[in-house]
Parts: sequence; C-alpha cells; structure tokens
Amino acid sequence: MNASDEIATPPLLELRGISKTFPGVKALDDVSFALHAGEVHMLLGENGAGKSSLMKVLCGAYQADAGEFFYKGDKVTITSTADAQKLGIAVIFQEFSLVPYLDIAQNIFLGREPKGRIPGTIDRRKILADAKRLLDTIGFDIDPSVVVNTLGVAQQQMVEIAKAISQNARILVMDEPTAALSDRETELLFALIARLKADGVSIVYISHRMAEVFALGDRITVLRDGRRIDGVRPADVTPDQLVRMMVGRTVDMTYPRNFADKPGELLLQVKGLTSPTGISDINIEVRRGEIVGLCGLVGSGRSEVARAIFGADQVTSGEIVFDGKPISGEPDIAARRGIALIPESRKSEGLALLRSVGDNLVVSALRKLFPSGLFDPRSGQRTADGLIRQLRIATPSARQTVGLLSGGNQQKVVIGKWLAAGAKLFIFDEPTRGIDVGAKSEIFALIDRLVAEGAAALMISSEQVEICHVCDRAYVMREGRVAGHLARNELTEENIVRLGMHHA
Amino acid sequence: MTDITKEALSPPRSFLSQDAIQLFYRLLAVFLICAVLAVLNDSFLSLGNILNVLRQASLTFFIASGLTLVVLTAGLDLSVGANVALSACVAGTVIHTTGSPALGILTGLACGGIVGLLNGIMVTALRIPSFIATYGMLWVLNGLTYWYMAGETLHGFPAGFRQIGSGYLFGLPIPVYLLLVFLGIGTLFAQRTIWGQEIYAIGANPVAARLSGIPVTRRLLLVYAVSGTMAGLASIIFLSRLNSAEADIGESLTLPAIAAVLIGGTSLFGGVGTVFGTFIGALILTLVLNGMNLLAVSANWQPLVTGIIVILAVWLDMKTRRRAQ
Repeated sequence: MNASDEIATPPLLELRGISKTFPGVKALDDVSFALHAGEVHMLLGENGAGKSSLMKVLCGAYQADAGEFFYKGDKVTITSTADAQKLGIAVIFQEFSLVPYLDIAQNIFLGREPKGRIPGTIDRRKILADAKRLLDTIGFDIDPSVVVNTLGVAQQQMVEIAKAISQNARILVMDEPTAALSDRETELLFALIARLKADGVSIVYISHRMAEVFALGDRITVLRDGRRIDGVRPADVTPDQLVRMMVGRTVDMTYPRNFADKPGELLLQVKGLTSPTGISDINIEVRRGEIVGLCGLVGSGRSEVARAIFGADQVTSGEIVFDGKPISGEPDIAARRGIALIPESRKSEGLALLRSVGDNLVVSALRKLFPSGLFDPRSGQRTADGLIRQLRIATPSARQTVGLLSGGNQQKVVIGKWLAAGAKLFIFDEPTRGIDVGAKSEIFALIDRLVAEGAAALMISSEQVEICHVCDRAYVMREGRVAGHLARNELTEENIVRLGMHHA
Repeated sequence: MTDITKEALSPPRSFLSQDAIQLFYRLLAVFLICAVLAVLNDSFLSLGNILNVLRQASLTFFIASGLTLVVLTAGLDLSVGANVALSACVAGTVIHTTGSPALGILTGLACGGIVGLLNGIMVTALRIPSFIATYGMLWVLNGLTYWYMAGETLHGFPAGFRQIGSGYLFGLPIPVYLLLVFLGIGTLFAQRTIWGQEIYAIGANPVAARLSGIPVTRRLLLVYAVSGTMAGLASIIFLSRLNSAEADIGESLTLPAIAAVLIGGTSLFGGVGTVFGTFIGALILTLVLNGMNLLAVSANWQPLVTGIIVILAVWLDMKTRRRAQ
C-alpha cells in the first residue's frame, strides 16, 4: 500500500480522540488510531501505557468516555462486544477462551452449531466438515474431532483464530500472541498472519518483542501513559528510537552486569537428575557469584529441571547437592535450605493475588522472622515496608492487594519474598516475561546485585539476548537433556540456537 | 484485566480495612436484631434468656470454629456432625465402663481428632476433594455409630461431668467460659501464629503457597485434625448437657455450623475470614432462632429464615469485596 492509496480509501477502522478515565487514572487520553485493510498494526508501549485499555475499547469491553469511531469512513458506535462483533472485530486473548473438554469443531461453532435433521440435534458430520475446511484455509492440519485440552498452547491459539475467522472477523486483535510459543510455533503463526493479511484481514498486534515488531509490522503506534506518542513505519525507525518513544527516556538495552573475576565456591551440584516429567541425566553446577543460564526451546525441559531442583516435582534418580549437603523432598525443605524458585507464571504460581503486598512479601520468611512461631503483624509490616523501599516496588502501601500491581512490580514482590527468606540460590523461570523494558533493566540490576553479594542464580529464559548479556555461562537443553554447555566467550545467540535445535 | 485498569479501578485505600468493614456490619446486625427483639418481647433481655442464647451459640461455635480453619484453606468438612455423634457415643461408653469422666473426655477428643486426621489424609495423600472425602466420611461415621449403638441410648452420667454442659460458675454457664477461651485461642492461632498465616496463604493460592516453601500437606493435616478435635470437644459438651447420647444427635449439627461460618464472613473459596466472624455468625444464627421462639413463630419457619440469612450475608460480602477490587 502506498501513500496515494491511503488518501483514496478511508481506513477500515478509525478511532479519533478516545479518552477513558478510571477513578484516579486517565487510562486513555485523546488517543487516535487508524487501521487499514490488510495491514498488521503493531501497538507498542510499556505495561500500563494503555495498550490493553485501547484494545478493550476497540472490542467493546470498555466504553470510551469521549471519542468517535469510523468504519470505512462512516461514523459508528461501539458500546458493547456485540457491536464490535458486528463490525468484524475479534480478539485473541492471552488466556484462551476455549472449552477444554469439547473438540476443536465444537469449540469453533459453539453456540452456532448447524442443526441436524431431528430437531434439537446437531449435524455432527457438517460441523466436522465445516471445521476441517476452515482449518485448511488457515493452514492448520489437524483432525477437528481432537479434544481441545489435549492441544498445546500454539494449537489452541490456531483454533481461536479459526473461530474468529468463522465469525467473519475482518479485524483480529492479538495480545502478545507469541508469549507462550516456541520459535517454530512462532514461525507458523507468522506464516498464518501473512496469509490472513493477503486475504485482507487487518491485525492489531500487541507485543513486547522488538524483533516481531520489525518482522511483522506495517505500521507502529506507540503509546505512553495513556497517550499516543507517535505513529511510524518500521523502515523509518530503529529499535532504540522505539524504546525511547515507549519509555520517554533512554534505556540501556545492554543489561547491567558486573562479572566477577573468578567464580565463588560451589553452591549447587546436580548429578544425573532424572524425573518422570521427562528430563533425564541432568548434570549442572552453579557457583556463588554466578548467573548461569538454562536455555533451549520451550518444552525442552528447562522448567522441569528448575522444579525438580526445588522439590516441586518428583525425582526418580540422581542427586542434588546444595551447599555441601544432599537435598531432597518437598519445596518447604528446599526453601528452608536457601533455594528460591521464581516461577514462570507469577499470577498462578508465584503470588496469592487477592492478598496484600505485605502478606506476599513475608510468606516465605515466616519461620525466619518469627522463630518462636508467634506472628507479629507489625514486625511483618516493617519487613515488608523495607523490601518495598529496597526494591522500589510501586505500591501505595504494603496493604495494597498484590493483584492490582503491574507485572514488573508483581515480579519484584516474588523476588522480594525470597530476599526476606534469605535465599542463597535463586532459580528464575522466565523472569522478564510480560514485563516492560524499564522494569526488565531493574530486575536484571537486582539479580546482578544478588550474585555480587554472594548468592547465585540459575536463569531460564527464551530471550536469548538476555541470556547472552547477563549470564556467566549457560547450559542448553534439548528434549529433556543437557545438550551442551557454553562458556562466557562462547555465549552467542547462534550457539544457543544451534545446540537447542532438533536434529530431526 | 490488565495492569493499568486494575491500578485505575482500585479506589483510594480507606482507613478501615475490608475485614473491619465486614465486621462492623455484622456487629451492627447483632445490635439491630437485639434491639428489635427487645422491643417486641420483654423477656428477651432477661439474664436467663441472654445466657441461654450464649450457651446455645457456644455449641454451634465449637464445631464451626474448627470448620472455619478448614474453610480458610478452601476446603469443607461435612463430617463434623457425624463426628460429634460418634465421639459422644464413644466417650459416653468409656465413662460408663470406666467411671472416669477424664478418660471419657480424652477419648472423645481423640476420637474426633483421629477422624479429622483421616479426613486430612484423604484430602492430602489421596488428593480427594475435601467436599467428597468428608461427605463420604459422614456416611462412614453414621454407619459406625448406628452399628455401635444398635439403637440403644446411653444416659445417666456422673454429676461432676454434667457440670461441664449445664453448670454455672460465678453466674455464667460453663460452656460460655469455654466459648471465650476457644474464641481467644482460635483468634490467636489464626491471626498471631505463623501456622495461621500459612493457612490463609494456602487458602488464597495453594500452588503458590507450596512454591513459597509452605509445608502445605502438614498444614492441611493439622487443619482437618483441629476441625475433628473441635467436633470431639463439642461432643463432650453435648453429652454432658443432654446427659445422654444417641446415634442420631449429629444430624442437625453440620448445616448450622456451615451456616455460622458463612454468615461470619468466611469465604468458601478460601483465604478470607476470621474465627471471630464465625462467633458472630453463630450468635446471629442463635439470636434469630431464639427470637422466633420467643415470638412464638412456628419452628417450621426456622430453616427458611436461616437459608435467607446465609444467602444475604454471602451476597453482601461479595458485593463489598467486589467494590473494593
């Protein structure tokens, strides 16, 4: 599409001057946004910049306080999700809305099933055939009678997209669609997006990954603090410029790290660890003062290694020696010995979302803070206040419900609870997932400080750039085994990918 | 919901916490009920009647206080009533055969505790949902009690033993003292011990609690054992008060205990609630029933009224909680 086209045809959908205020915060402030037919429009911004609010206004989940909508140049109103659906707008959420116990075809046509000959029945043959045809058009080769809960995340996403297409969606809104996908699955998704584009479907794409923005985007809109900062084309900007637009200041993309001259004493030694979760013969060492990376594709067994070391999963054979003594058993034993796990899914595994920031910060340190067994709320509060200051957690007070904080601050709370517990080994599982650029730097500065003070870190990350920047060395996993070890001078993205790839 | 909206939707923190507001409403309800009953009926405010209310509330409270801990972990113990019946019959038999009330009390408590521990084992080691495990246990205990009693009734216990349920000390019924003691112990345990804190954490998110290093299995075993032991305690009070034990005494106890927990503001989803709230819940329940008796309202209406109060209390709690989030 060139400049003259844009003038000739009005945008498929245009939002003008959208504002949305919640008590105390202006979530969207006079935001305009134009989406053309067949384009991928990237929506960029830090957490809390207003991307998700804009998305919710777009799909009718929120009603804007001010502003206008235009569809193909005509003024329209979007005040409900039904309005949005009529305009062909569909949202693919991060948390999928499929019914786990129904099959693919049933999910796609849920509530719109073709009727069978006998009243009240469903034409099973037709539903399967229709679903198959639909799946073919998006290039997803699978039997539509497969039950959804047996599918992986990427496949469920495909089903979601098929469902949206079946509802004649012309505008797809995708919120971090690659967040849980492996590299290969990401490629498949990108191929699908290209195909949808060719069919004239427009895509609003929210992402935190710079590479995707440039690989996919036809146009980029940057939001900050609820305002539209700029609209640009990928060819006209550099990643650094985009980051500056997002954060409003220069952020050092090379993460802070003070590498120690020589590693400290041996802290963790894993020998021949095998577990029923699919990892076998894992041998890993971590020394004090080190950040050791654990890389590999999603599904290569990285998280399973972390969970096995922490005692969260069973171990069938092998030995774990921590701080000179063997360790085995449940997580409470590992925690007491000084091992911390910062799990991948903060919300479901790391925090009690409905409890306060303070409650979450002291939960792992109760035995250490109150050796008598008697809990003193005031002393707990003091500890929490100290951590909030030390980690610069943005919260009105320790009594704030932790679920109301932003992703980066929630992550700081999870780390903070292990600081309070006095952990010596921190196992991070995707510590920067869903966290914005500014908070990422802070998290890494924090990890750097921890290991400088004599702790050690084992870090799982799918962001190879991060591993290369921060880690002293790294293990690369493949299909449940350690495929190789990379010393600091060998630590490049290329080497990680080469070791982690399937040789099939 | 996304980060900005959540932050945006949260109102400025008021100086009163959520729990304080809910407690305030409940105390207000108690006061209003008392005021209305005092106006409608002269004998309501008589010392005898007030002590009677407290004594009745205490029975419900003993069962409900242990149950509160279970509900705080997002579990449920449906076997408490049946446990009271079995424990009462076992304790009664021991007192009859040995003539020692002390031995009987210990057996009653132990019986209740062991049943609770078995519930805990089913929930933790066998991973049976607590609702189903304790529902099954209810039938098992009923079966055991009916077989053991074979239609007999135990009655006639030593006068000293009967003092526990029906005696007075400085003008107050002894169960009321016990109520105050266990209210204090329960509140201290839940609010001021690390085990209490861990129980709240488990109820709020069991997965996160385990990955935070809390020994979830051991805490759950403890909680179910405590619930069972409190049922054992209730069985002793019951036995000594009625001076008799039958196989079917437990059948009318479980549902009111659950009602007291819910009216008291403890959430069935876990992590929210207090033992003191449960006391207020038991008090509200007893006051309403007492009032209906005084006003000569047919007893047939009592279940209906109880049901409405439970629904109303839970609905109001959910409303205030939703507004706060």
